[in-house]
Amino acid sequence: MAISRADIEEKVTDVLENALGADRDEIIATATLTEDLGAESIDFLDIQFQLEKKFSTPEKPFKIEQGELFPENMMSNPDYVKDGKFTDAGFAVLKEKMPHVDLSSFGGDRNVRGLAKLFTVKSLCDFIEIKLKK
Amino acid sequence: MRWMWIDTIVTYEPDRRLVAIKNVSLAEEHLHEHFPAKDGLPAQPVMPASLMIEGMAQTAGILTGSLRRFKEKVVLAKIQKAEITQDVVPGQCIRYDARIERIDPMGAGTVGTIERFDHRTGQWEKIGETEIMFSHVDQNMSGQAFPEHNFVFSDSFRNVLRASGLGHLMD
Repeated sequence: MAISRADIEEKVTDVLENALGADRDEIIATATLTEDLGAESIDFLDIQFQLEKKFSTPEKPFKIEQGELFPENMMSNPDYVKDGKFTDAGFAVLKEKMPHVDLSSFGGDRNVRGLAKLFTVKSLCDFIEIKLKK
Repeated sequence: MRWMWIDTIVTYEPDRRLVAIKNVSLAEEHLHEHFPAKDGLPAQPVMPASLMIEGMAQTAGILTGSLRRFKEKVVLAKIQKAEITQDVVPGQCIRYDARIERIDPMGAGTVGTIERFDHRTGQWEKIGETEIMFSHVDQNMSGQAFPEHNFVFSDSFRNVLRASGLGHLMD
């Protein structure tokens, strides 16, 4: 049976409460993981591992590959990132691989530091919903 | 010099599990400060819980390092959970049982059980649980560069591995 959006949001909230020690009333759709909920770089891996556990079932494991949820594997690729900024090719790949992230508000300079600020609670829920439909 | 908080490795199951032992001795100076006699109360030496967490981190860290033959620089990144419910006193033995829960190019998640052995009862008793995450620092998201040599798995770690009959893992 397909999982509802409300169930996804509930489980994502559980994960963020556990991984970041955030209060549940702070974990709203528009909250950003870094600025609003205080996530640091290692927390992203923790969130990834916990989402896998939360959404896995005995029948169907839920495995998130490197670079699928967060684009960490793009950072060291000089074709995608140059002088700390996404290149045109990198930005195109980002748009293709990260449909769960709203890139419309990404700063014009495409500084990689700004990317983490775009990940919201909604981004995680969208990611789960898209991935479960595949 | 690195302060080792495990004495030997007693079980190694490749890619899965590593178990280490720590014997707690009254000869360890820090026990005399934790806790000394005070205000008419006698000294009460107990193994600091923080050092038990370090012992588990070393155990789980070696297990994580062994997954890539100690080529990765494995550093403790996050303690998600550390619960220790009982004291360990001199003469008792601690067993750190670490298991890999998840491994990724960026790092690894481990779960652990801490037990103590009392020679009077001859029994092991579970006294704690941990969840510890390790990062492969060369794969960090910030792209920060670190020295090429593996400063994490120093001679102290290598000596424990050799003495435990696991020197071949570093070849």
